[in-house]
Amino acid sequence: MITFNGVTKRYADGTVAVDNLSLEVPTGEITVFVGPSGCGKTTSLRMINRMIDATGGQILLDGVDVKTIDPPTLRRGIGYVIQQAGLFPHRKIVDNVATVPYLLGWDKKKARARAMELLERVGLDLKMADRYPFQLSGGQQQRVGVARALAADPPVLLMDEPFSAVDPIVRASLQEELLRLQSELNKTIVFVTHDIDEAVKLGDRVAVLRVGGKLAQLADPATLLTRPADDFVREFLGRDRGIRRLSFVSGDGLRLRTDLTVPASAEVSSLRGTTEPWLVVVDEDNCPLGWIASKDLPESGTPADVELAPYGTFVKGRDSLRAALDATLLSPSGSAIAVDESGRVVGVAVREALDEELALVAGGVGGVDG
Amino acid sequence: MAEEPLVRWDWIGRNWPNIQGLLVDHVVMALVPVVIGLLIALPLGLAGARWRWLYQPTVGVMNVIYSLPSLAVFIVLIPITGLATRETVMVPLTFYAMAVLIPAVVDGLTSVPDHVRQSAVAMGFTPLRRLLRVELPIAVPVVLAGLRVAAVSSISLVSVGALVGRGGLGYLFIDGWQRQFYTPIVVGIVLTVALAAAADLLLVLAQRLLTPWSRARRTA
Repeated sequence: MITFNGVTKRYADGTVAVDNLSLEVPTGEITVFVGPSGCGKTTSLRMINRMIDATGGQILLDGVDVKTIDPPTLRRGIGYVIQQAGLFPHRKIVDNVATVPYLLGWDKKKARARAMELLERVGLDLKMADRYPFQLSGGQQQRVGVARALAADPPVLLMDEPFSAVDPIVRASLQEELLRLQSELNKTIVFVTHDIDEAVKLGDRVAVLRVGGKLAQLADPATLLTRPADDFVREFLGRDRGIRRLSFVSGDGLRLRTDLTVPASAEVSSLRGTTEPWLVVVDEDNCPLGWIASKDLPESGTPADVELAPYGTFVKGRDSLRAALDATLLSPSGSAIAVDESGRVVGVAVREALDEELALVAGGVGGVDG
Repeated sequence: MAEEPLVRWDWIGRNWPNIQGLLVDHVVMALVPVVIGLLIALPLGLAGARWRWLYQPTVGVMNVIYSLPSLAVFIVLIPITGLATRETVMVPLTFYAMAVLIPAVVDGLTSVPDHVRQSAVAMGFTPLRRLLRVELPIAVPVVLAGLRVAAVSSISLVSVGALVGRGGLGYLFIDGWQRQFYTPIVVGIVLTVALAAAADLLLVLAQRLLTPWSRARRTA
């Protein structure tokens, strides 16, 4: 656990970068510091590993004041990922990753073996190991940066806007990767970003800082979206808070109907007389092919003979209510198809099921747990 | 009388031991100052990169020195270092080398991207180790580029020393001029250019070997 106890950073010219910051970063969780530029988020991060020394208050690392630890020793025990990766251009990828093990005096063979293991872990081709950083794309460099930070298996990871210099698609995949890694590693992570969407996506808890280095709100993302502490936080969160909050609600609560699927090979004559306006057509593996409107059924043949309407799916057990809602908007049927991990239909959430669930969520906003 | 040929090969053959001696003398007088200049430029460059206020005055002084005509400096030095001695030539050349190399070292160190330096700090490098293992290695391509300029200009400047009695291959120019006999002049020019080219090539090779990572390096 990292504890900020009334931490202040005042520069010689009188500027206050961080003002009396008190918060706790729980072990094994991702805590995101987010805020506009000048809010002291990076300064706060760098005071943890003493790249910047606080002028007031205390930062405790598992109860030990960081000021009592010699900075290089402290830093070797804390992983650090910087914007633009900060790889050493003159060292091969494998040696970049092995930087901290080398500093800790591991023998070269062991350090390199560990580096190779980590390259694999962050999803890099091992052929990259003997290349130099300039030969890698920005996204690959950032993966190397993460591998390097993890090399000596530090319990704490500091990430300073690590994904802000890569394009949005790469950023999204790096974010997914980080969440996957974290589910395996359970590090105590402090993540700095100016991007509230990134904060809400990655953080177990999000600390919103305002200019002048004051803590505006510290909460889990769903609470933050539902109950912003003040106008500043509300404005910083931006539009669509309600919809975005659905990302944190599981789609598993949706009532599913299992009587709405028809095989593509079924004779349409057998479907006459159905009272359902829409049916999901599935292939022999039970994977969805599209929607068919019962009023458009042909005289004879199978549903495969007709042009099917587009559909949207969400993965039961994994996707959020937001994904389910999104899926309903992708089809003229107004219903979302629930599939399992391998894409087979497990049921259909019709409009009424969504309405019920959304009403529950909206009701929860007023609850005492908010 | 038959037209005198531009190059009398028989003269070269007869005087080859002598020419070799001049060549060796030339190499020593040209390159020792570059090496010493580099050794002095490294700490001064480090200081200049670290304390930026030092840098401009240092470069100013170096530029003034660089602008002094070499011949004048050689003559001024004669009473101190002696007529026709290597030192008379090498001392000024050392300063010329420094004038090129100090900015090269400073530029090299400032070429280290900020995020690289910061990540070195964050990984737990001590300041000395960071300098030796991260900053200086990254400065090498820029320093080597400066070294190429310093080496070539030093090789060409040694010849001027012939006017104060010690100019390596430059002696051949004076000799040929005084006797209106072109062969030594041609030999002197060819060898000087060859020497400069060889030194440059060696440094390029050194750069390839030392910094494989800087080839086709992106400027990003």
